Amino acid sequence: MHSHENHGSAKTYILGFLFSLILTALPLWLVIQHVMNKALLTVAILLIAVLQLIIQFFFFMHIGEGEKPRYHVMALILGAVMVFTIVAGSIWIMTFNSQVH
Amino acid sequence: MAQPAISMDAHQEHHHDTFKLLGFWIFLVTDCIIFACLFAVYAVLRTHTDGDLTGRELFEVKGFTAETLILLASSFTSGLASLAMQKGSKKHLLGWLTVTVLLGLSFVGLEITEFAKMASEGAAISTNAFLSSFFTLVGTHGLHVSFGLIWMTGVMVQIGRYGIDAHTKEKVTIVGLYWHFLDVVWIFIFTVVYLLGVM
Amino acid sequence: MGEKAKGFFVTGDPLIYGADVSIIITLLGILVFLTYFKKWGWLWREWLTTVDHKKIGIMYLVSSLLMLFRGGVDALLMRMQLAMPNTHFLQSQHYNEIFTTHGTIMILFMAMPFMFALFNIVIPLQIGARDVAYPFLNAMSFWLFFFGALLFNLSFVIGGSPDAGWLSYPPLSELAGSPGPGQNFYIWGIQISGIGSLATGINFLVTILKMRAPGMKLMQMPLFTWSVLSSCITIIFAFPVLTVTLALLFVDRFFGAHIFTATGGGNPMMYVNLIWMWGHPEVYIVVLPAFGIYSEIVSTFSKKKIFGYKSMVFSMMIISVLGYFTWVHHFFTMGAGADVNTFFAITTMAIGIPTGVKIFNWLFTMFRGRISMTQPMLWTLAFIPCFLVGGATGVMLAAAPADYQYHNSYFLIAHFHQTLIGGVVFGYLAGLYYWWPKMFGFKLNDRIGKWAFWTWNIGFYVCFMPQYALGFMGMTRRVYTYGWDMGWAPYNMVSTAGAFLMGIGFVFQVWQILYSIKHGERDLTGDPWNGRTLEWSIPSPAPHYNFAHLPEVKSDDAWWDMKNHRYGAAVPNKMKEYAPIHMPKNSGIPFLMSACWFVAGFGLTFEWIGVGIAGLAGVGICLLARSFQRNTDYYIPVDEIKATESSLGRVV
Repeated sequence: MHSHENHGSAKTYILGFLFSLILTALPLWLVIQHVMNKALLTVAILLIAVLQLIIQFFFFMHIGEGEKPRYHVMALILGAVMVFTIVAGSIWIMTFNSQVH
Repeated sequence: MAQPAISMDAHQEHHHDTFKLLGFWIFLVTDCIIFACLFAVYAVLRTHTDGDLTGRELFEVKGFTAETLILLASSFTSGLASLAMQKGSKKHLLGWLTVTVLLGLSFVGLEITEFAKMASEGAAISTNAFLSSFFTLVGTHGLHVSFGLIWMTGVMVQIGRYGIDAHTKEKVTIVGLYWHFLDVVWIFIFTVVYLLGVM
Repeated sequence: MGEKAKGFFVTGDPLIYGADVSIIITLLGILVFLTYFKKWGWLWREWLTTVDHKKIGIMYLVSSLLMLFRGGVDALLMRMQLAMPNTHFLQSQHYNEIFTTHGTIMILFMAMPFMFALFNIVIPLQIGARDVAYPFLNAMSFWLFFFGALLFNLSFVIGGSPDAGWLSYPPLSELAGSPGPGQNFYIWGIQISGIGSLATGINFLVTILKMRAPGMKLMQMPLFTWSVLSSCITIIFAFPVLTVTLALLFVDRFFGAHIFTATGGGNPMMYVNLIWMWGHPEVYIVVLPAFGIYSEIVSTFSKKKIFGYKSMVFSMMIISVLGYFTWVHHFFTMGAGADVNTFFAITTMAIGIPTGVKIFNWLFTMFRGRISMTQPMLWTLAFIPCFLVGGATGVMLAAAPADYQYHNSYFLIAHFHQTLIGGVVFGYLAGLYYWWPKMFGFKLNDRIGKWAFWTWNIGFYVCFMPQYALGFMGMTRRVYTYGWDMGWAPYNMVSTAGAFLMGIGFVFQVWQILYSIKHGERDLTGDPWNGRTLEWSIPSPAPHYNFAHLPEVKSDDAWWDMKNHRYGAAVPNKMKEYAPIHMPKNSGIPFLMSACWFVAGFGLTFEWIGVGIAGLAGVGICLLARSFQRNTDYYIPVDEIKATESSLGRVV
């Protein structure tokens, strides 16, 4: 069970929570205030969401822990590639339809 | 008994602890794919409103911000629960899990209220493609949260009965992982559905 | 019969009445047999509640052979309908149902369980493990498959079969196009068994990664194990897509949503896009393990190490990942644009490269080997040219502009049957012959097997070669009947004759199995083929704990090297002391929970909400009950191990 022992401390949890609060407030503010044009704004808030994901993975889910080789990390990375393929691929393939509508 | 045989068997058993965690991580990856498909459908259909109201008219900033904050807080408290478990404090563990479940319940409650309000305004799942994809994506997340609530309650009953031991520790770790994962998914719903919707 | 019952039971077709009668007779026969011989307890203890991967494998195998029969009968009925012009052997509605169920059954309820049978029987033995990572989940996977298949097949006599094609494209499969329960049977039958397949993917992935015998490095795993690993990776990324797609179709049909409908802003092509994101990787899921089987067989019967082990591993891993990036080639004609079609045409053709590498490796393994012409080897040799032609026609189809001509024609039908029969079915049959002695302790008869082999193979070419020509002549798939003026009649007649030859081949195989049960050559050594991998180091059939001592592995082809004293000489069992073995306990929950899924699926199929909710509640209760169980495993005492080993002729 030694791999479970080091499950972060109160400090990392609080830090993670603070980060995630900031990363929630920031895009909300950006969107409500319309700080930049639409395309840029879209990219910005998506990037912030990815940052937030990373925070959750490291501060809350302790992705770096566990015994080596870290198969779960490999699975997640491949999963991220597939997620991107599914979403971006579908949008790319189906755009022809938005021209029709 | 001879030494080698024992150490080999012990070798496999020792690893049994980490089996479940790895399997659960892989399950989470498959769940990621499920949500990826729902996001893909939403991304393709979000403009297909068939002449009806769009997200900008339907989504309320106050409502979804509250939902987001509640879920973020519950992810934090479930983290505190596993911290209490590491310290071996059954009381604090159960306490933080209770807070997590209550936060989860209020999240689901808010979501149901939001859905009901939209439906009463004539924006239901059968109205148009945009709303169908919206309700399936957000609703699937809501179902996951509800399932997690039942699961977490079950784990709490077991902690009450058996205390903190290897079994319950593993269960708390796994349900905690699930809970954080749902928070991650929500971040993308918050961004892609709500923020892009009201933009 | 009342009006309500008339709608519930399928009526009006003598074929279906025949099926009704035979189902009732078979069921009664089974019930009487079990009761008369007092076998109920035995059935429950030994099979329904088992978590032993070998028994689960055998149950998968039996189910898949039954489904091969059902799907095969569908195929023969189709070929009879098409043998001559202007035939009305089947009603057009019945014909639609049969081509739908043929495809669905052959892929999801024949190929998948056949594959899982081999996973279950071989993988733990091959990696030197005593069970899979999650034995309970493994049992659940099987029962989910079983009840899913049961639900799907039930549609034949109750409610009516689905008839919207094996992938059920909307808008035809939407409520407006298919109002009856048939389409719901399709959704729930596949959904329930699909959850099981997903769980199996996770299960074997973890098993292979975490439970290998001490010392076995990844690059020392047998190639079948590698192929299963690559197949499982594809499963975990592809099957969730199927789950979502079917769920969304259900949401459309049940809640009146507009995701894939032609109205309300829905987009039917999104369904096609999603289902092929599963559907294309699915063919790699089933063919990769077949590649692994061929590798084992070629190496064993050429008495050589496999040629290019590393390139075999890399090509399989490349196929499993690259297979995820080709799905649009199934709908080039949708018109997504030149850039999209070009991308997916190139990825599709690129898959040919690693596949070609594998073919060369097999050929070079045989080169200068001492080849013995056993049954597994025969099927492997038949596979190579067959799959080569199938692959080449696949590259033709991958050329997007040309695909506008071939799309949905009989050319396509011939192509994918050539890869799926020539690649997958031949592979699984080769695997079946190869591992049969390990499963049951005797070999399958050679003489009848050769008859089966030649009728199957000749039948295959007679059946499918004419279909390439028919495709070029303009015959499209799913066509119900055609006129004399088309000039298709002779080709269709020949094709039908070939299909019947393959049917005869299957009959030979059934005969072969029945004959061999009585007269087959017994395997007393546990190593009838002079094998190279660990499954041949233990008795046939394997004791339920598999390995009395976990083997220590130092090289690939571990058992070959142990036999030939390459290292440390296989230490005779008597030299080692036994230790109690840790095993999982049987459980009835997987069976009960899957039965609850069946009830839920049946209720939702007929939109009996109460029944559906009751079934789902049952599933939830089973999950909770399992979560509260604590004593889920036990130890086999040393005395029992000793007794078992000596009864199997192993020195104690």
